[in-house]
Amino acid sequence: MFGKLTLSAIPYTNPIIMGAVAFMLICALVILGAITYLGKWKYLWTEWLTSVDHKKIGIMYLVLASIMLLRGFADAIMMRVQQALAYGSNMGYLPPGHFDQVFSAHGTIMIFFMAMPFIIGLMNCILPLQLGARDVAFPLMNNLSFWLTAAGAVLVNLSLAVGNFSHAGWLGFAPLSELHYSPGVGVDYWIWALQISGIGTTLTGVNFIATILKMRAPGMTLMRMPIFAWTSLCTNILIVAAFPLLTVTLGLLTMDRYLGMHFFTNSLGGDPMMYINLIWIWGHPEVYILMLPLFGVYSEVVPTFSGKRLFGYTSMVYATMAIALLSLIVWLHHFFTMGNGANVNTFFGITTMIIAVPTGVKIFNWLLTMYRGRVRFEAPMLWTIGFLITFTIGGMSGVLLAEPPADFVLHNSLFLVAHFHNVIIGGVVFGVFAGISYWAPKIFGFRLNERLGRAAFWCWFIGFYVAFMPLYALGLMGATRRMDHYDVAAWHPLFIVAAVGAAIIFAGVILQVAQVVVSIRQREQTRDLTGDPWNGRTLEWSIPSPAPAYNFARIPVVRERDAFWDMKQRGVDLKSSTFVPIHMPRNKAAGFIVAGFAFVVAFAMIWHIWWMAIVGLAGVIGTLIRHAFDDDRDYHFGADEVRRVEGLHGRVQARSV
Amino acid sequence: MSNDPILVQGGNLALRRDYGDHAADALRDLRRSGGAVDFEVEHHHDVASTIQLGFWIYLMSDCLLFSGLFATYALLNSHTAGGPAGSQLFDLPNVLIETMFLLFSSFTCGLATLAMNADRRNATVGWLAVTFLLGLGFISMEVSEFAHLVAIGAGPDRSAFLSSFFTLVATHGLHVTCGLIFMAVMMVAVLKKGLTPTNRARVVNLSLFWHFLDIIWVGVFSLVYLFGVAH
Repeated sequence: MFGKLTLSAIPYTNPIIMGAVAFMLICALVILGAITYLGKWKYLWTEWLTSVDHKKIGIMYLVLASIMLLRGFADAIMMRVQQALAYGSNMGYLPPGHFDQVFSAHGTIMIFFMAMPFIIGLMNCILPLQLGARDVAFPLMNNLSFWLTAAGAVLVNLSLAVGNFSHAGWLGFAPLSELHYSPGVGVDYWIWALQISGIGTTLTGVNFIATILKMRAPGMTLMRMPIFAWTSLCTNILIVAAFPLLTVTLGLLTMDRYLGMHFFTNSLGGDPMMYINLIWIWGHPEVYILMLPLFGVYSEVVPTFSGKRLFGYTSMVYATMAIALLSLIVWLHHFFTMGNGANVNTFFGITTMIIAVPTGVKIFNWLLTMYRGRVRFEAPMLWTIGFLITFTIGGMSGVLLAEPPADFVLHNSLFLVAHFHNVIIGGVVFGVFAGISYWAPKIFGFRLNERLGRAAFWCWFIGFYVAFMPLYALGLMGATRRMDHYDVAAWHPLFIVAAVGAAIIFAGVILQVAQVVVSIRQREQTRDLTGDPWNGRTLEWSIPSPAPAYNFARIPVVRERDAFWDMKQRGVDLKSSTFVPIHMPRNKAAGFIVAGFAFVVAFAMIWHIWWMAIVGLAGVIGTLIRHAFDDDRDYHFGADEVRRVEGLHGRVQARSV
Repeated sequence: MSNDPILVQGGNLALRRDYGDHAADALRDLRRSGGAVDFEVEHHHDVASTIQLGFWIYLMSDCLLFSGLFATYALLNSHTAGGPAGSQLFDLPNVLIETMFLLFSSFTCGLATLAMNADRRNATVGWLAVTFLLGLGFISMEVSEFAHLVAIGAGPDRSAFLSSFFTLVATHGLHVTCGLIFMAVMMVAVLKKGLTPTNRARVVNLSLFWHFLDIIWVGVFSLVYLFGVAH
C-alpha cells in the first residue's frame, strides 16, 4: 500500500536529525499559527500563493532562497565543525554516512534552492520593470515555475524527517548513485527534487526569453537594454540550452534505478563516465547561469553609485555573449583525470582559460566606470567592491585549475573547494546581496538598514577569507575534499582557522537576519517616496516604490541607453493627467495545484507508492486540461483606480486641457 | 475601454485617438521628428506572436533533450554486452509502416490547419480526428514492438544498447502520447467553442509540436533502425 514507506523511515533514534526536524517543525507551526491567528489565510492564498504578478512571485523566490540559504549554511557550519574536530583519535560528532548526506545536501541546496531562486527572484522583481513591461510574457507559467521550485525544496527538507538524503554528492556521480551502491531512498529524493525544480527552471527560461524579446517598451532596442537585461537574456538562453540535459541525465539515472537499465552501471555495457560527461554538460553552463545575472547586477550598481554611465556598454554585451557561448564548451575541465588524452584535455584547458578574457573585460569596465566617478560607498557598492577583489582571486585560481597538468595534482582537493567557493561566494552570493540591497526600495518600498548591512558585509568579506584561504593551502598540502576524518597533524590548525572563518560568516548571517527585522520595523523612516532613492539610471526607478500592480501607468518611450537618466536630463514630467484602463492577468490557482500534484508524483516515486504516483500524474494532466477550458483569465484595472494609485505617489497632474 | 482621446504624450505634445487610422503613421512621424513622444498611454503587445515564440523556444529545449538521448544512443549502441544487436531485432518493414502512419498523420495535421485557416470548423475537427487515429496506430505498433522485444528477452535491462534504444524510442512515444492528449483536448475545445483566436493559436502550436515529433522520428528511423539494420 505504501511502497517502501514505513514508520521506521523516520530516524527518531538520531538526536541531531531529530533536533533539526523539531526545530523546523516548530518554525513551521509558529508561522502557520501566526497566519491562522491573524486570519491571513485567504489573503495569503488570493494575493500571494496564486499570484501571477511577477513582483510578488519574485518576492516569494527571494523568501524561499533566504530560508534555503539558512538551511544550507547550517550544513556548512556542521561540516566545518566536524573537520575542525575530527583529527587523529577524535572522530568528530558526525558518523561518515551522515557527513556524506550533509555535504550532498549543502551543495544541492546552495546551488538549486539558494542561488537559483535568488537569481530568478531578482530577475522576476526587476527585469519587467527595466524593460518597461507590465508583466512577464507568461504570468501563470511564472507562478507554476515558482511552485515547482518550491516543491523541490520541500522534498529536500522532507528527506531529513522521512528517510534520508543522498550521500552521493551534489551531482550524484554514477556509479555511486546507482541502485547497487545506493539502495536507499536518498538518491531518489535528490533525483526527484532536482527533476521537478529543473522543469520549473526550464519554464522560467522560456518565459524570460520571450519577455525580453517581445515585451520591451517602444524604442528600447536590444542595444539600449540595461546590462542586467542582457545578462538575464544570456542566462535564460543557457537555461533553455542546458537544463534539458539535466532532465535527460536524471531521467537516465532514474531508468537505471527504477527499471534496471544499464546506462551508467558497471555491468552489461553501462558507461559511468557518460554520466560525468552528461551532468557536466549541464553543470558548467549552470555555473554561468548563476554568475551572469549577477554580472548584470554589478553593471547596474557600479554606474549608479559612481554617478557615471557604464564604461564600455558594447564590450560588456559582447563579453556576456562570449562567456555564454564559451560556457558550453568547457565542461570537460571538471574531469581532466578521466583519461581522455592530451589533445582533448588541451582543447578544454584552452577554452577554459579563454573565458578569463571576456571576464577580464568586464572587470576593467567596472573599474573604469568607477575611475573618476563620484563613488558612494553604500552597501550595494561595498558588496560590489568586495566582489571585484574576491572574484578576481577566485578567477585566477580557476585559470590555475584549467591547466591539465596542475589539475592532475589539484583534482578533488580542497584547493578546488576553495576555488569554487571563492567565485560563488565572491561572485554569486555577494552579487545577490548587492542586488537585494540596491533594489530593496523598489521591491519592498523601503531601504534596508545601512549600518547593519555594512556590518554584515564586513563579516562576510573577512569571514570568507578566513574560512577559505586555509582551504587553498590545505589543498596544496594534499587534503582531499569530503573527508569526515584525517590523521595529518599539519592540517589540523588550518581546519580550525577555517571553522573560525565560518563563525565570522555566521555573525554576518545573524546581522543580515537582524537587518531584515530592523528594516521592517523602521520602514516608515526609510520609506522611498520618490521612487528613485539612488539617483538611478534605468526605467525601474522611473515608477513609484514599490511598483504598482500594473508597473507603468503609461509606457515610457525609450530613446537612449539608461532611459530614465535620459528622461531626467530632458526634464520629462513623470506626472500624468491621462489614465486608461490597464489589461491585467487574473490570479489563478492552477500553478499551485499542478506543482502540488507534481510533488505527490515525486514523493510517491521516491517511496515506490505506484498508485499514488498515478493519482498525482492524473492530477497534473487533469488540472492542465481544466485550465485550458478556463476563459476567465484577465480583467481591466480601471482608469480611476490607476489614477487613485498614482495619486498616492504624487504622480497625478491636474488636467491642463 | 476608456473614452479618453489621448494615445501618446510627450513634452507639450499629445497624439489624439481621433487621428483614426492615421494614428500609427502620425506616431512614427512624431518619433522621427526628434522623438517628442515620451509615453504611450495605450500600449499593446502582440500576445499571439509572443505565445508562438514561447512555444518555439520550448520546442528547441525539447530538441536538446532529444539530442542528449541521441548522443547516448550513439555511444551505447555498440554496448550489446553479449546480447542481441539491432540488426537481429529490428523488423524494418514493420517500422516502415509505423513511420508511414506518423508521416501521413503530419500531412493530415497540415490539412487540419488549412481547414482552420479556411474557417471550416467541422473539417478542422475531422482532420484532427484522422490525425489522432493515425497517431494512435503509430503508438499501438510501437507498444506491440516493445512487448515483442521484452517477450523474447531483449528488454531494456538486457544491455546498455537496449536501455538506450528503449529510452530514446519511448521518450518519442511519450511525446506522441502527450500530443494525442493535446489533440483530443483541442477537438473538444473547437467543437465546444468554435475557432476562437485562442483555439486557433493552440491548434497552430499543436501542429508545430506534431511536425516536430515527425522530424525527431525521422532521426530515430534513420539513426536507430536504418543504421541498426545496416550494421
